Amino acid sequence: MMSADLTIVLPEILLALYAMLALLGAVYTGKDDTASLLTWLTGGVFVLLAIWIGTTGGDRVTAFDGMFIADGFARFAKVTILLSAAAVLVMSQGYMERRGLLRFEYPILVALAVVGMMVMVSAGDLMALYMGLELQSLALYVVASLRRDSVKSTEAGLKYFILGALSSGLLLYGASLTYGFAGTTLFSGIIAATQGGVSLGLLFGLVFLISGFAFKVSAAPFHMWTPDVYEGSPTPVTAFFATAPKVAAMGLFARVVFDAFGGVVGEWQQIVAFLSVVSMFLGAIAAIGQTNIKRLMAYSSIAHMGFALMGLAAGSAFGVQAMLIYLAIYVTMNIGTFAFIMAMEKDGRPVVEIKALSLYSKREPLRALAMLVLLFSLAGVPPMVGFFGKFYVLRAAYDANLGWLAVAGVIASVIGAFYYLRIVYYMYFGAETEALDGRMSPVLWTALMGSAAIMVFGVVNLFGIEPLAAAAAATLVH
Amino acid sequence: MTVVLFTFYAFAVSTLLGGLMTVISRNPVHSVLWLILSFLSAAGLFVLLGAEFVAMLLMIVYVGAVAVLFLFVVMMLDVDFAELKAEMSKYMPLALLIGVIILMQLALALGVWGFSDGYQGRILAPVGTATNTAALGMLIYDKYLILFQLAGLILLVAMIGAIVLTLRHRVDIKRQSPVAQMMRDPALAMELKDVKPGQGL
Amino acid sequence: MHAISTNYLPIIIFLGLAIALGAILVLAAAIVAVRNPDPEKVSAYECGFNAFDDARMKFDVRFYLVSILFIIFDLEVAFLFPWAVAFKDVSMVGFWSMMVFLAVLTIGFAYEWKKGALEWQ
Repeated sequence: MMSADLTIVLPEILLALYAMLALLGAVYTGKDDTASLLTWLTGGVFVLLAIWIGTTGGDRVTAFDGMFIADGFARFAKVTILLSAAAVLVMSQGYMERRGLLRFEYPILVALAVVGMMVMVSAGDLMALYMGLELQSLALYVVASLRRDSVKSTEAGLKYFILGALSSGLLLYGASLTYGFAGTTLFSGIIAATQGGVSLGLLFGLVFLISGFAFKVSAAPFHMWTPDVYEGSPTPVTAFFATAPKVAAMGLFARVVFDAFGGVVGEWQQIVAFLSVVSMFLGAIAAIGQTNIKRLMAYSSIAHMGFALMGLAAGSAFGVQAMLIYLAIYVTMNIGTFAFIMAMEKDGRPVVEIKALSLYSKREPLRALAMLVLLFSLAGVPPMVGFFGKFYVLRAAYDANLGWLAVAGVIASVIGAFYYLRIVYYMYFGAETEALDGRMSPVLWTALMGSAAIMVFGVVNLFGIEPLAAAAAATLVH
Repeated sequence: MTVVLFTFYAFAVSTLLGGLMTVISRNPVHSVLWLILSFLSAAGLFVLLGAEFVAMLLMIVYVGAVAVLFLFVVMMLDVDFAELKAEMSKYMPLALLIGVIILMQLALALGVWGFSDGYQGRILAPVGTATNTAALGMLIYDKYLILFQLAGLILLVAMIGAIVLTLRHRVDIKRQSPVAQMMRDPALAMELKDVKPGQGL
Repeated sequence: MHAISTNYLPIIIFLGLAIALGAILVLAAAIVAVRNPDPEKVSAYECGFNAFDDARMKFDVRFYLVSILFIIFDLEVAFLFPWAVAFKDVSMVGFWSMMVFLAVLTIGFAYEWKKGALEWQ
């Protein structure tokens, strides 16, 4: 029985083993000289694991008495997490090395954070959920303040840590209330206990749990840490924050509301819909005044999480499918956008001012065009792939009789398009300023162009992601 | 009033008192000491609940280690706490409001306290005849194996994180190398000179 | 009354006694002792000089690193404790899971040793 359990968690075990061996190997050989190699190696391991997880595995199986669930939904989320983490890691190597930030612990901490994320999306128990979440968060707090001589980076790490601890507290309070009223921490037990509706106490637990998750996915009104953390962290770390952890947190969110509270959809639907509306509007409106592109991306991610939550708020299998598609598209777009941001520099120093992009198209027409495609896609302008992501969640909300939510989404999307288009305006029609350097490493170039190409050519069939997401959603929502 | 009841109230009052004084005392070092009182009283409450192991853990880990760490932090930071306090009093009404709301929520949650049907079958870990610690020992390493191993990984991350963020390798100082010391060969390190009397070197 | 709390009755009595004695001694000093304060008598001095500096010095951050590492191993020991108490009844799985746990933390220990975190430079 134990060996069967261990087979199910084998990918996680292997990744953790790899991280520990890499730690020992690096510290006993070249220390930070091995960091570049280790970064690429870790990226490679992520990709191999993603291929392995994506191609194997069948029906829903549970391990450790239901505390760990491996099903189609977890597989979809894990593949997205692993691939995006690999892309960001490989992209960050050049940037961090040039600024002396590439220490060999960085890829190892990212690998351990990914282990935590994989546990999060596979959790079948409130305790397993919490352990995965803490493993992920603790590693992320450290990488946020990796540039430890910079006040901003330290501030980012500290803010992230304190607010993350607060959200963990909310989550734990909710989990203990849930345990107290349901008598179990297992999701399968909680769903059995909520057969006849939820008691007031259990409802309190549910609300606290959702508040904790909202912190982690940075949905308004629990978003306040996001802009500061995005701004202060080194740009590759920001790129990482904007991708894999978001997928993991949304996966966890969906896992809990469906696996544990799937019998009482009406109870959480309105909260999720509320989070969705507030996030969409706050992200769209607060981003307008931003001049720093990293802060702008923070508000953009808040708005995008609002859209992803709209899929969840639908409370149906189609809604989860729409959410998964949306997340996959969002992650792809963000990888390309951050590849562009990482290449924004002047005299070797990173530049984050949006105005610095003025007339960028004259100097680098191809890169400006790719960024244009990505920004249009982020804004949801047809016929880019980003539009289809929005289309799916809007339809899911409409199908679930949440027409008002869909209308709000459309309005927020139109408002949000303004600030994306403003960047495009600067790039093509802005006033002449001092030019940015033209350098862009091949890796970043590939990421930017690849992501932009996907946004254009994906309109044919979304690269076949739709049936995969449908199958994944079907395993979560019965 | 039985002894248990009396002890419960004594510990409960001192836990709350410790918590309150932690927040309002002027000297941050005193705050930490009040916090220790709070931890100790909470340990007493855990004993009354029958959770001996958690009580002892609270003593060893929180009082023994975390509180000492807090003292370090308080002494490491060059913060004018009096000024901070003054700043804080501006936000006092808001803090009080939040406190009252949370208190009301607690009251609400406790007011409707009740278990769902058939909870008895689902409550884990019947203590039975084994002592508290032994019963935990039977559970943690076997049934909750995956959580236990994840806890190990979290501790590893904490270790790496603490070193990454605070350790600085200074290059401008000399270090002791025990191996080099032990491998030192007297024949190579010393040179014997035959000094003739009255001549000097 | 719980069985457990009867086991702790001596400690509770002891605690009560200690608190009472401490309170009596402090209060006695406050009530009985002669107090005759004088500005010269209560002022701080160092060997006849005025105090040079604030008594609260800033600590080096290295103290913090040492104590964080101490806490981590303290927690490790806390995990060992129930395992040792229930050692006779712990299954083979439980035994090996502890070995794996110790191996993970030994890797961390090897890392910090080699990294030089245990040296006081």
